[in-house]
Amino acid sequence: MDIPYTSQPRPDTGIYNAKVGIWLFLASEVMLFGALFSTYILLRVGARPEDWPTGLLNVPIGTFNTAVLIASSVTVVMAWASLKMKQFNRFKLFQAITVLCALTFLGIKSFEYRDKFTHYEVWKTDGTRITGHLEGKPMFMTLEKVKAAGKESILFTPDLHHYSEGKKAMHERDHGDHKAVEIPVAQIKRLSAFVPAHSTYFAIYFTLTGLHALHVLGGAVVMAYLFGPGAKMWFTDPDRLTNRVEVSGLFWHFVDLVWIFLFPILYLL
Amino acid sequence: MSLKAFHVIFITAASALAFGFGVWMLREYRLPGGGSGDLAFGVASLIVGVALLVYEGYFLRKLKNESFL
Repeated sequence: MDIPYTSQPRPDTGIYNAKVGIWLFLASEVMLFGALFSTYILLRVGARPEDWPTGLLNVPIGTFNTAVLIASSVTVVMAWASLKMKQFNRFKLFQAITVLCALTFLGIKSFEYRDKFTHYEVWKTDGTRITGHLEGKPMFMTLEKVKAAGKESILFTPDLHHYSEGKKAMHERDHGDHKAVEIPVAQIKRLSAFVPAHSTYFAIYFTLTGLHALHVLGGAVVMAYLFGPGAKMWFTDPDRLTNRVEVSGLFWHFVDLVWIFLFPILYLL
Repeated sequence: MSLKAFHVIFITAASALAFGFGVWMLREYRLPGGGSGDLAFGVASLIVGVALLVYEGYFLRKLKNESFL
């Protein structure tokens, strides 16, 4: 059976069916991310300044990841344009670079996540709060786990500044002297890594960036398929493969555009 | 909307981000505690913003026969 309008435009819409499909899908994605962006903004403007961490995310790393995604959007268009110009080998090259960019983005993002999972905040019983690292840099440690391990104190290397002191103060921390201090468990009210359960900020941060990363992963899988097994279609139905690459490129541009909005609100504001 | 049209929109947005980020970093540089890294990032970002606009013009000329639909 021949599926109609996979290559040629449908007379009533003027475009082939897959393009209609991807735009309907992207419309639903706009609603999903739009709701989350709105949630973030309402939480942000409603939060007390001392409770909303600023300066905790690494701007140079975030900037590099932004550059990687912008570069990948250029290469995905180049891959599509190469097929339009009947240059299959050039398509393979640009498609491979695009997939590599996607994997680079995910690798850097996982590095950032790991950094957060080993960074802690301690709420002390006297009302003070300090951020820093536990000895051995364990992930996902909590006060309950420390108590279950039978420890009476923790060795904690505090940051020079707490995030409530503002972004500029946070940026000075790396130039300071880091000395570990011993904190008795009896003086700790709460201990949490920078995980979603830590605060509203990290809950929405991980929701937004985690959902975005899942989209990057999905896009990378599809583009890797079109680079590998899916590329065989070039020898049987080249127009259809070109359309498939265009549709995957539209999705990829949407994912990149989401990051263009995510980067400033999460890393700068 | 074709990939060509979406790409033009995306590059415009990326260019706007680059200019905004550049201005932001230059402002950080002028604030107390600003370092040379802020200045370097700011200037580099403004240059990238201009480069993206130049690329956009090149892209539109190169694919002038492709439909926006």
